[in-house]
Amino acid sequence: MIPAAFDYHRPASLDDAVKLLAQYGDEARVVAGGHSLIPMMKLRLAQPGHLVDLQDIAALKGIKDTGAGFEIGAMTTQREIIQSAALTAACPILKEAAEQIADPQIRYCGTLGGNVANGDPGNDMPAIMLALDAVYLAKGPAGTRELKARDFYESAYATKLKEGEILTTIRIPKPPAGHGSAYVKQKRKIGDYATAAAAVVLTMSGGKCASAAVSLTNVGDTALFAAAAGAALVGSSLDQAAIDKAVQAAVGIAQPSKDTRGPVDFRKSVAGVMVRRAIEAAAKRAR
Amino acid sequence: MAKMHVKMTVNGGEVEALAEPRTLLIHFLREQLSLTGPHVGCDTSHCGACTVDLDGKSVKSCTVFVAQANGASVTTIEGIANADGTLHVLQEMFREHHGLQCGFCTPGMITRAYRLLQENPNPTETEIRYGISGNLCRCTGYQNIVKAIRAAADQLSGKKEAAE
Ligand SMILES: Cc1cc2nc3c(=O)[nH]c(=O)nc-3n(C[C@H](O)[C@H](O)[C@H](O)COP(=O)(O)OP(=O)(O)OC[C@H]3O[C@@H](n4cnc5c(N)ncnc54)[C@H](O)[C@@H]3O)c2cc1C
Ligand code: FES
Ligand code: FES
Repeated sequence: MIPAAFDYHRPASLDDAVKLLAQYGDEARVVAGGHSLIPMMKLRLAQPGHLVDLQDIAALKGIKDTGAGFEIGAMTTQREIIQSAALTAACPILKEAAEQIADPQIRYCGTLGGNVANGDPGNDMPAIMLALDAVYLAKGPAGTRELKARDFYESAYATKLKEGEILTTIRIPKPPAGHGSAYVKQKRKIGDYATAAAAVVLTMSGGKCASAAVSLTNVGDTALFAAAAGAALVGSSLDQAAIDKAVQAAVGIAQPSKDTRGPVDFRKSVAGVMVRRAIEAAAKRAR
Repeated sequence: MAKMHVKMTVNGGEVEALAEPRTLLIHFLREQLSLTGPHVGCDTSHCGACTVDLDGKSVKSCTVFVAQANGASVTTIEGIANADGTLHVLQEMFREHHGLQCGFCTPGMITRAYRLLQENPNPTETEIRYGISGNLCRCTGYQNIVKAIRAAADQLSGKKEAAE
């Protein structure tokens, strides 16, 4: 499979990259790790005339601990996330999710920025960003905007990112110490997207759930934030009745399509099982 | 479309060539450099037969443009053997433990195992299986591949101890 021809650019700075995108308009596309874009180009589902490679831009790399949270450069790879001890200590769900993405070769290349900007409902990181209430920084010709992950996803491959903008940084608030989290994913084999997956981040206080965020992967047009599922847990002791209510609320917003992973009802049912397991695992890990 | 001038280090030697940016690294290696060790198995980023080492990372060269690899250092299976032409311990152990049958997956498998052992010289069986999960083998059932990698890890660490 040979992609259509393109001109290749490798800017050394963010400003140069933004300028190239402005110059070439909808002909241009940025490439990060390339492991979503290149397969699409090989199938000629994407045919950019100009490819702007972000690999040399130092400002897009690295993980910074700001005290209140982390600022992760968009070009940070899934492997670098897995290897960051600081990130894992404060926010272990990032590593847990990254380890369930694709395979080792792909994790060396695939970036957090590419995974969250891509807009494929099968990508795993968007649901994590919804659960953690992350903020994306996007730089365009007019300057930098802040976009909440929970408002970012519109439909498959459609996000709030405007033409000419580059996602530069993912800002993640640290969940409180003692929080419990889990990302549970059902897939048919290594390197497969989720049949359904669920992320849960919760805190406990005096035996009661004090806060809870629940989100879903690949059972809708976008990753889904299940606000009602989180609300069903808050104030409970995470007893069976509360978990049942949360599962029901989460499955209620799932709208998977029938595909090779199974019919609609099956995938909804798997989503429910994933939510239940994620809540139970997060509860065990919370202090 | 204009060709670009690419320059990279391949198996320790400097290489300069003209190539279209859209050329996939696997095609560049196989067709322009005649390095036919890395194979095209699936052409869809799944099988790992095309695995090469790129700046210290295992990558699927069917999913990298030659333009992205411009300036990089690449090692293919042709660059794994020792300088004197004898087999690398991993190659030796794949032979010894029947880590291959048809051999189609083997260049990718060994190139991946090479990087795995660089990063984790003493992997458990689980770590080996997870570490090679991006490489598919249709023949062996993996059992002997895992054995071969584990045996290579033993030999390599034994060698290091002996040298110390
Ligand atoms: C076999 C296989 C299995 C996979 N399995 C999974 C899986 O289970 N779960 C999963 O989540 N992913 C999976 N992936 C996808 C992989 O994780 C991708 O690497 C990731 O989705 C995209 O990251 P990237 O850096 O490769 O982005 P690219 O492919 O380079 O880019 C993806 C898209 O995002 C845009 N983009 C990238 N970076 C930016 C930026 N900084 N600003 C603005 N736009 C940007 C690009 O223009 C492009 O449209 C799989 C891929 C393969 C090949
Ligand atoms: S040919 Fe590259 S992964 Fe199969
Ligand atoms: S030995 Fe035949 S595919 Fe692995």
